[in-house]
Amino acid sequence: MNVKGKVIKYGDNVDTDVIIPARYLNTSDPAELARHCMEDLDKTFVSRVNKGDILVAGKNFGCGSSREHAPIAIKASGISCVIAETFARIFFRNAINIGLPILECPEAARDISEGDEVSVDFTTGVITNITKGKQYTAAPFPEFMQEIIAAGGLVGYIRKQLA
Amino acid sequence: MGMTMTQKILADHAGLDKVTAGQLIKARLDMVLGNDITTPVAVDEFKKIGADRVFDVNKIAIVPDHFTPNKDIKSAQQVKYIREFAKQMGIVNFFEVGQMGVEHALLPEKGLVVCGDVVIGADSHTCTYGALGAFSTGVGSTDMAAGMATGEAWFKVPEAMKFVLKGKPGPWVTGKDIILHIIGKIGVDGALYKSMEFTGDGLKWLSMDDRFTIANMAIEAGAKNGIFEVDEKTIEYVKEHSQREYRVFKADEDAEYTDVYEIDLSEVKLTVAFPHLPENTKTIDEIGDIKIDQVVIGSCTNGRIEDMRMAAKVLKGRKVHPDVRCIIIPATQKVWKQAMDEGLFSIFIEAGAAVSTPTCGPCLGGHMGILAQGERAVSTTNRNFVGRMGHPESEIYLASPAVAAASAVAGKIASPDSL
Ligand code: SF4
Repeated sequence: MNVKGKVIKYGDNVDTDVIIPARYLNTSDPAELARHCMEDLDKTFVSRVNKGDILVAGKNFGCGSSREHAPIAIKASGISCVIAETFARIFFRNAINIGLPILECPEAARDISEGDEVSVDFTTGVITNITKGKQYTAAPFPEFMQEIIAAGGLVGYIRKQLA
Repeated sequence: MGMTMTQKILADHAGLDKVTAGQLIKARLDMVLGNDITTPVAVDEFKKIGADRVFDVNKIAIVPDHFTPNKDIKSAQQVKYIREFAKQMGIVNFFEVGQMGVEHALLPEKGLVVCGDVVIGADSHTCTYGALGAFSTGVGSTDMAAGMATGEAWFKVPEAMKFVLKGKPGPWVTGKDIILHIIGKIGVDGALYKSMEFTGDGLKWLSMDDRFTIANMAIEAGAKNGIFEVDEKTIEYVKEHSQREYRVFKADEDAEYTDVYEIDLSEVKLTVAFPHLPENTKTIDEIGDIKIDQVVIGSCTNGRIEDMRMAAKVLKGRKVHPDVRCIIIPATQKVWKQAMDEGLFSIFIEAGAAVSTPTCGPCLGGHMGILAQGERAVSTTNRNFVGRMGHPESEIYLASPAVAAASAVAGKIASPDSL
């Protein structure tokens, strides 16, 4: 599985409150959540994000309250993958469970700049920075995790398994 | 490089010879747990999965404990929903009012967790069972649904911190003081994502109830799990409570730890966590006059029989201060009966305390003792976040049952020795 897109970059400790502010949690409709994604950190995000874009961030991405709405909002906004130095534990779990691919790669997270064109191969974990002509390697997803992502999340994956 | 206790259990349940920190694995589950708040959501997700049965009717436990006996219509509806689900699926371990208890006190007592198990629970204090030498951790409702359907869950193998306990704790010092001391030292994110592994000579001075209390609060240091090295006491407990086969996993000599702490238990003092974080700890001699309005003794942290005995030892022949409401909640029916048979309730009632049927109740500000604006409580629970027990402007001081009972008598935070 591969994705390719332009990078939108943020810093350290992006918490779930800025990813999707609590005032919008009265819905779980992904499209509605996506309309407010990153609103409190970057008001321009929603208007400039394109389908397939890749989010790159620093340490402890997704920290704070354990809402599943956060990765749902990011995924529904069109982001194809999040690369960060590190993720907060619950965000990591929630992202995989709702089918948002995420990769921990400190080297890539530090080196990639806003606007770079980047491609990611989930099978090998290789991240290619097309703009800068560089490559970085993250730990690849084991097969079952790739299948979870491909099935759109844990519920879809198990549905298929049991079918 | 060797593996930690946690890594060994995970490797075994993933069918792998070896795992390393950071690796993503899929592991077999021995128990999947949910409560009255998280199970309804998990049942919805389970239905979306389209499964028509659960993976094993004996390996799922559903414990309505937070708002039970049902405090209002909404909670009654929720419990009705999961009760019907449990019946329909034939889930054996659904614990109705009359048999229930606070989930993390109940499961070990019912023998549903033994050494070497892998357990997930849709409740953050699922880490409690680490006291038994099991790997157990809190997850979300989606994970619970998937676990019920397949008997498996995915995990990222954690790094670990080692806590070597030495020496003998002083008078009145219990598991609660030890874990508060540790959290005060490393902070509420000190063990973020990691395992906290407890070992050392000092273990022999810790009862199983002490260990449950310590493992219970591993999450308050941000840990994924807390786990104790298995010794004779663990084995004895497991044999007494369960027919199931248990397995003992020991850390390798060359297992890698990110940090190693030596804790001299003889130096740990009675410790209290001030509002609004469990890391804001002070030792009892550093505390000035803090008047209080309520005392709660109970919860998955300190609602076991030794906690009841400790409270009774302090309250015996004394009276609760006229300005204080003292609420005592044995965590399970078994603890309740034991406390009753040992005559502890007479001591409580004569002291002027109220005794409640098992429930989480006030621990999460649910019912049975909510705080008003500006009120202060000393509580044996595990979280003192803003508004956790009631009004956003109320305050919670976390302490052991001995300190809580002494505070109930003194009307202010107090050591049992000061009475
Ligand atoms: S007693 Fe408190 S911490 Fe324990 S399970 Fe109940 S609500 Fe959670």
